[in-house]
Amino acid sequence: MNTPEYDLVIIGAGPAGMSAATTASSHGLKVAILDEQAAPGGQIYRSISSPAIANESILGADYYHGRTLLSAMRYAKVDYFPSSSVWTVSPELLISFSKAGKSSQIKAKKLLIATGAQERPVPFLGWTLPGVMSCGAAQILLKSSGLIPSGPLVLAGSGPLLLLIAAQLNRAGVEIEAILDTTPKGRYLKSLRHLPAALRNLPLLLKGVGLLIELKRAGVRYINNAAQLKALPDDTGLLTKLQFKTGEATDTFNCKTLLVHQGVVPNVQLTRALQLEHQWDELQQCWKPTLDSWGESSQAGIFVAGDSSGIAGARAAEYMGELTARRIAQQLDKLSQETLLLKTAKTGRLLQQQQAIRPFLDALYQPADEFLKPSDETLVCRCEEVTAGQIRSMVAQGCTGPNQTKAFSRAGMGPCQGRLCGLTVAQIIANERQVTVSEVGYYQIRTPIKPLTIGELADLAE
Amino acid sequence: MTQFSTDSQRRTDVCVLGGGIVGLAVALGLQRNGLSVTILDEGDIALRASRGNFGLVWVQGKGDTLPEYAAISRLSAKLWANHALRLKEATGIDIQLQQRGGLFLCLSEQELSQRHAMLTRMQKTAAGDYPFKTLDLQQLREFIPEAGPEVAGATWGPEDGHLNPLFYLRAMTEQFLQRGGTIDNSGKVSKIEPTDSGFTLSSDSGQWHGDQIVLAAGLGNRDLAPHVGLSAPLVPNRGQVLICERVKPFLNYPTGHVRQTNEGTLQLGDSKEDVGFDSGTTSDIIAKIAHRASQMFPLLRDVRLIRAWGALRVMTPDGYPLYEASQQYPGAYLVTCHSGVTLGALHEGPIADWIANDRTELPLEVFNAKRFTL
Amino acid sequence: MPNALPFKRLPTNKAEWVTVYIEGQPVKVRQGDSAAAAVLAAGLQPSRTTVVSGSGRAPYCLMGVCFECLLQIDGVENVQGCMTPAREGMQIMSQKQARQLNNSKPSDLKPTDLKNSHIKNEDTAV
Ligand SMILES: Cc1cc2nc3c(=O)[nH]c(=O)nc-3n(C[C@H](O)[C@H](O)[C@H](O)COP(=O)(O)OP(=O)(O)OC[C@H]3O[C@@H](n4cnc5c(N)ncnc54)[C@H](O)[C@@H]3O)c2cc1C
Ligand code: FES
Repeated sequence: MNTPEYDLVIIGAGPAGMSAATTASSHGLKVAILDEQAAPGGQIYRSISSPAIANESILGADYYHGRTLLSAMRYAKVDYFPSSSVWTVSPELLISFSKAGKSSQIKAKKLLIATGAQERPVPFLGWTLPGVMSCGAAQILLKSSGLIPSGPLVLAGSGPLLLLIAAQLNRAGVEIEAILDTTPKGRYLKSLRHLPAALRNLPLLLKGVGLLIELKRAGVRYINNAAQLKALPDDTGLLTKLQFKTGEATDTFNCKTLLVHQGVVPNVQLTRALQLEHQWDELQQCWKPTLDSWGESSQAGIFVAGDSSGIAGARAAEYMGELTARRIAQQLDKLSQETLLLKTAKTGRLLQQQQAIRPFLDALYQPADEFLKPSDETLVCRCEEVTAGQIRSMVAQGCTGPNQTKAFSRAGMGPCQGRLCGLTVAQIIANERQVTVSEVGYYQIRTPIKPLTIGELADLAE
Repeated sequence: MTQFSTDSQRRTDVCVLGGGIVGLAVALGLQRNGLSVTILDEGDIALRASRGNFGLVWVQGKGDTLPEYAAISRLSAKLWANHALRLKEATGIDIQLQQRGGLFLCLSEQELSQRHAMLTRMQKTAAGDYPFKTLDLQQLREFIPEAGPEVAGATWGPEDGHLNPLFYLRAMTEQFLQRGGTIDNSGKVSKIEPTDSGFTLSSDSGQWHGDQIVLAAGLGNRDLAPHVGLSAPLVPNRGQVLICERVKPFLNYPTGHVRQTNEGTLQLGDSKEDVGFDSGTTSDIIAKIAHRASQMFPLLRDVRLIRAWGALRVMTPDGYPLYEASQQYPGAYLVTCHSGVTLGALHEGPIADWIANDRTELPLEVFNAKRFTL
Repeated sequence: MPNALPFKRLPTNKAEWVTVYIEGQPVKVRQGDSAAAAVLAAGLQPSRTTVVSGSGRAPYCLMGVCFECLLQIDGVENVQGCMTPAREGMQIMSQKQARQLNNSKPSDLKPTDLKNSHIKNEDTAV
């Protein structure tokens, strides 16, 4: 069997991947783009090819901007593979992916990883109860299905996305019991020094303020300095109440749905599995691959763009995708160094403007300690049901890193492959050992990065 | 981990270099002999066969060309029940040892008859004391109905078994610490200096002094052995293991290629492929493992693979262990082998006793490295 | 049986509607819904129980990250519901702890328990 070969293979059809695909094909590259979703758009532009909600004012203009990217990619000459989960990439850039229960392989001269972000794990007591969901999940239900959560509904957490989703739900007529802001006191002051730089992206800054005003006007209860969240079950094991503290006072809300959010972090499964170099971002409290200014990783020929290269948002992702694609075209001799610089000058400036606001947002919305280093009784590994206390006792026994605690407790060995415990486990270990997270390290991520059946794998051997 | 300061030289009766299953088992046995023991090990990420193995306590077919190896493997298998029991008593951890026999499935008549011939030979060498049975597909299906139509048959060894290797590692660590042992997890040793009263070791975390030392550093022994007049001509040999989702129990016996753990996880192995110090996986090899496993048990086709890893086997040129005391520097011992799980009970028992008392009844001469230079 | 409060639907753009069966009960869902969304729309919570303690869970991230949406779909267990588009006639059941591969219990029989007729090395004492 002949393995199809491409100049550029892109993994992830979000804003970064879509804009890279369009740009690369405009330079005459043979491009393939794969995504595990059934339709292009990535997380922000989920279902943009057939949005579910009739009323476009609910999600707002930022969402429908995705149509521009979509139609550009449609007109470009790009091989698009929907519903295709990439499960491994070899160092020689042979890409294995699973589609409808069958695995195939394609080869790439250059690889662009644009697998986006995931929401940061938000461990607290009761976060595994049915009824607790991530804010992103609620937004996906809105975008793809027009579904709204059952009430009473409470939102809790921190970050711009929390406000956005609250506003979108409010516009959709959903009654919100309360929004609990867990941003610790003092963060506003701490982030102030980053404000001048952030002013370079004034429109975005104002948008954030606008959302707050919108929610206040709508009369949604907004509670600052919420801490020590505890979700409580009814006698059938479903969420029924949220308990929390503000200062010394304990309070509770009845709720059937609780949406939580503590920002997003890069999806590093593939970049880790490829053993690319990573660095710890102290401000964003997450790992990201080490890249040059064009997005090329420690392994020549492998590029990363968009949120999987570090959180910077959808517009930045779009710009990065374009810049990286042009660089790749130049490396493949489709344009000269001079043309590259000329063609990328403007987008480069736009990207910098987008990135200027990040340090302010990141400092402001750094998760509170209780979510980074949860209490002993809190489950950190949802799959294998391992608590923070168990991790701490293993450190007391001499475990120095997450791979040792994984071997001892199975934390990180379940089907999610550590996506929902990796950051927390490393934070806890670092804190117990009084060293940096960067010294503690991360899980060794194994192939396959997405589960596939033995039969599917076996058929590749024939 | 250690309570001492890093500048002063820390002293102990025996320093064990390497905290994998081999080092830990020997260390436990030394403690049982009343010695104070310190284990020096690397940090979170290292080349660790102990964390990547298949968990088999496997006897059938081992020592085909070296009867002494067959003998110590079987001895260890016999000692295992007691070893596991004592770990459980001390730590409460059940390492899930099961020794109800094991199967080796063959996918062709030729393979099956070769295996039958090999085991018959071994039985002769052992003067008849070598239990096994050869089964055709029909017989195999009487107790494993899931065996696929492409299976020719299997050989059955009643002494074979399996355990949970990660629980084993954890139980040994706990018992070792309970007995007052020290593990230095940032103690990768770079230099060993013989002194009048023993050995001085330089590690990442500072210096250690031991009256005796045991090299149990797996592949690391290759570089360490020459420091004390020994040689460990080891070659890494990659085995790849596939881990599948947990399913309700369907397979009560370990087989050479597929086993189900107590939690329900299915493990598929393994390949013999010589590679360097690279613990990655390759999609063609894992595809072959998956293919073979699904020929053996077609119902596995439907099961999801969660992760795969490559672990490096610690292999000597002939595949047999190295047990050797340094002639030049008495007090230095080398203990290294490929099947650390199977031989675990031996290491905790007679091997540790040999090191503690400097004598043994085991035929250890055949296991020294001179066999490679003759 | 669906037991929890169902998620409600806003007015949506025109699309096909399909019938899926959740624990045997017919439910109309919109083309483009995932199986996990269908479960929420029907109010089936928990939609799975864990392999370790048997505690109840429901879809959490809906973007393929958490594996809390494992369901039994058309007879196949442990399918990631949020990555599986709903189809006409789809049978969706909650996932109960570990997956079952076959219906028989593993046998405790040993070759020694078998009639020895075919065994090649009959003389072997086991
Ligand atoms: C749940 C969620 C909701 C968000 N909502 C908003 C919002 O409303 N407004 C806003 O401004 N920002 C939002 N963000 C942030 C915004 O999504 C990102 O800034 C932006 O999408 C980044 O674009 P990207 O192209 O880097 O990644 P994404 O848009 O995330 O695209 C990555 C794509 O890669 C695919 N993929 C991942 N792994 C594989 C694999 N192994 N094989 C095949 N395909 C794979 C994914 O399916 C996805 O389609 C949200 C983020 C999340 C996580
Ligand atoms: S809901 Fe998280 S993976 Fe499906």
